[in-house]
Amino acid sequence: MGFTDRHLLGIEHLSPLAITEILDLADSYVALNRAPSKHADALRGLTQVNMFFENSTRTQASFELAGKRLGADVMNMSMQTSSIKKGETLIDTAMTLNAMRPDLLVVRHPHAGSVALLAQKVTCAVLNAGDGRHEHPTQALLDALTIRRRKGRLHRLSIAICGDIAHSRVARSNIMLLGKMENRVRLVGPPTLMPSGVADLGVEVYDDMREGLRDVDVVMMLRLQKERMDGGFIPSEREFFHRYGLDHEKLAHAKEDAIVMHPAPMNRGVEIDGDLADDINRSVIQEQVEMGVAVRMAAMDLLARNARAAAREGVMA
Amino acid sequence: MSATLFTNARLIDPEAGTDTPGSLLVEGGRITGRDVAAPGAETVDCGGKCLAPGIVDIGVKVCEPGERHKESYRSAGRAAAAGGVTTMVTRPDTLPVIDTPEVLEFVHRRANDATPVHVRPMAALTKGSEGREMTEIGFLLDAGAVAFSDCDRVVTNTKVFSRALTYARSLGALVVAHPQEPGLSAGAAVTSGKFATLRGLPAVSPMAERMGLDRDIALLEMTGAKYHADQITTARALPALERAKANGLDITAGVSIHHLTLNEFDVADYRTFFKVKPPLRSEDDRLAVIEAVKTGLIDVISSMHTPQDEESKRLPFEEAASGAVALETLLPAAMRLYQAGLLDLPTLFRAMALNPAKRLGLDTGRLSAGAPADLVLFDPDKPFVMDRYTLQSKSKNTPFDGARMQGRVLGTWVDGERVFG
Repeated sequence: MGFTDRHLLGIEHLSPLAITEILDLADSYVALNRAPSKHADALRGLTQVNMFFENSTRTQASFELAGKRLGADVMNMSMQTSSIKKGETLIDTAMTLNAMRPDLLVVRHPHAGSVALLAQKVTCAVLNAGDGRHEHPTQALLDALTIRRRKGRLHRLSIAICGDIAHSRVARSNIMLLGKMENRVRLVGPPTLMPSGVADLGVEVYDDMREGLRDVDVVMMLRLQKERMDGGFIPSEREFFHRYGLDHEKLAHAKEDAIVMHPAPMNRGVEIDGDLADDINRSVIQEQVEMGVAVRMAAMDLLARNARAAAREGVMA
Repeated sequence: MSATLFTNARLIDPEAGTDTPGSLLVEGGRITGRDVAAPGAETVDCGGKCLAPGIVDIGVKVCEPGERHKESYRSAGRAAAAGGVTTMVTRPDTLPVIDTPEVLEFVHRRANDATPVHVRPMAALTKGSEGREMTEIGFLLDAGAVAFSDCDRVVTNTKVFSRALTYARSLGALVVAHPQEPGLSAGAAVTSGKFATLRGLPAVSPMAERMGLDRDIALLEMTGAKYHADQITTARALPALERAKANGLDITAGVSIHHLTLNEFDVADYRTFFKVKPPLRSEDDRLAVIEAVKTGLIDVISSMHTPQDEESKRLPFEEAASGAVALETLLPAAMRLYQAGLLDLPTLFRAMALNPAKRLGLDTGRLSAGAPADLVLFDPDKPFVMDRYTLQSKSKNTPFDGARMQGRVLGTWVDGERVFG
């Protein structure tokens, strides 16, 4: 089965075939995005609402651009400043919005599971743009697309995910996606930033970065999520950088052609050395941003197709 | 004096540890004999079903005062009767907290007017359950408090707690505590492990329970107080409990029915009806705790009945309120353990009736002559599908909604009076 779901809430329930389908379509949108005229009409006439209960600049911009390039009417709602402050519950907000008949709802929320909760209450397609520490599926998909284009495949690769695993939804989605596609995943970081039971997820866990990076094809750095830390996970940023910050010296333990990724925004000098981040021979960070737009176009296009198919079936039934 | 003879019953006697066919004679609200002839007595034909002492449930939350829309004494009383619970030992964690004899007397009076079952209130251990000053333990005892508890709020200041324990000891008062290291468990919504990580939920290690228990045991050695741990839910806490008992400390422990019948994976896709405190544990923990009930290391099974309205549960998991209603599901859920061959009926009623009654100094929970005729008649095999809207409780937050269960209460008697069925 390919991607036939009504919503895109996480990687957990996607099949390898569904992932491949999204990536294949995204590939074609990369080409479109590089053309002088960037317009398609897959979402023409549809309304896309971006609801962000948590600050975001780049993800929101990426979704907005993806929708606009496919011809959707896009509205951004910054929920931090709206009715949530007045005590309205998430479900009431969802119901109110649902009554305005959007077709695609892109949601980011600080609590795990909240996007799925909201999806139960609305009739349109819901895209999870990050829920707490749970999942961030489009980030994992854009990472996968970047890797596939750079490495020519998305299987039998050795990939190290490094840094603040505990607070990272990106790490969780990537662990699942890369595992489903049959790659070897290593997690590298201080034990205080490793979530419990993580060794049962089919990954190898390292607390020594040099060892963890040995002979890997891909080094995926994570942002140290200072805003999610209620104190005392690491002694200091400088000690963290010394032991777990990626620089050329530590990267030398990886394969010669290993690529460096980061979901951005970066803390330069905390988890990644500034020069390395800018090194066009190793870093694919800018490319990840580009793939992000294409992957989101593909995901929304497929969700719209699935909705149309469901509506047709409804008519026939 | 009115006499009732329960004939053709399967008598579940937790004191004797027996499950035998027989009849039971009740006169003047008390049990007066077994397998005796009683010409002229009204007879109740039990049809071969189980007759057991009514359940004594330590830790029922009735939301009066403060949140009657969640549960009133009237609705809780109906739920208790329907669930075979003949004594509700109520929690003081209401709004406001029940921490003065005046409030306790008022609540107690209301409770006994509104409910057909016995209500025995607990009172707060510290004023406002804020962990700073002990309550008027003496006056509260006089007003009818059967135990003292700040419920799930741990008294973090060990000096305050040790003084309260010392003072309680001088009055022979039972202190019910929630063993948990509050620093480690702050903000946690689930138990730590692979599942918590996959769901991205803040988690607490089972070790936090063991640390809380260790601390309390040290304070018991110091003060000699009479102590009951409300819920022991992890394998790691059991050796400490066993040692404390072997060392002769006056300690008992309970566990909620949910921790005996559900595990962490039941939360599935963020189902907030499965959010309880402490969180549902691993399957290994669940099995270890069942074994501890079997051996008697864990003394008491409770419903930990905690009503929550839809609004407090229809939220993202982390923000949703904890707790589940269980007065009416305690018995059928316990039958899961019986049907699975894990615990027999006398053992279950030892933990649900006899032990809690003994611990609180109540003379109920038994089938012996002289005991009050607080009884439950039930069919342990009757299958049904749980529909939460059929519950008597005002709040419908049961994790067993839609579940296939076995075991139905056919009748409940309090002091010989039929209150259900």
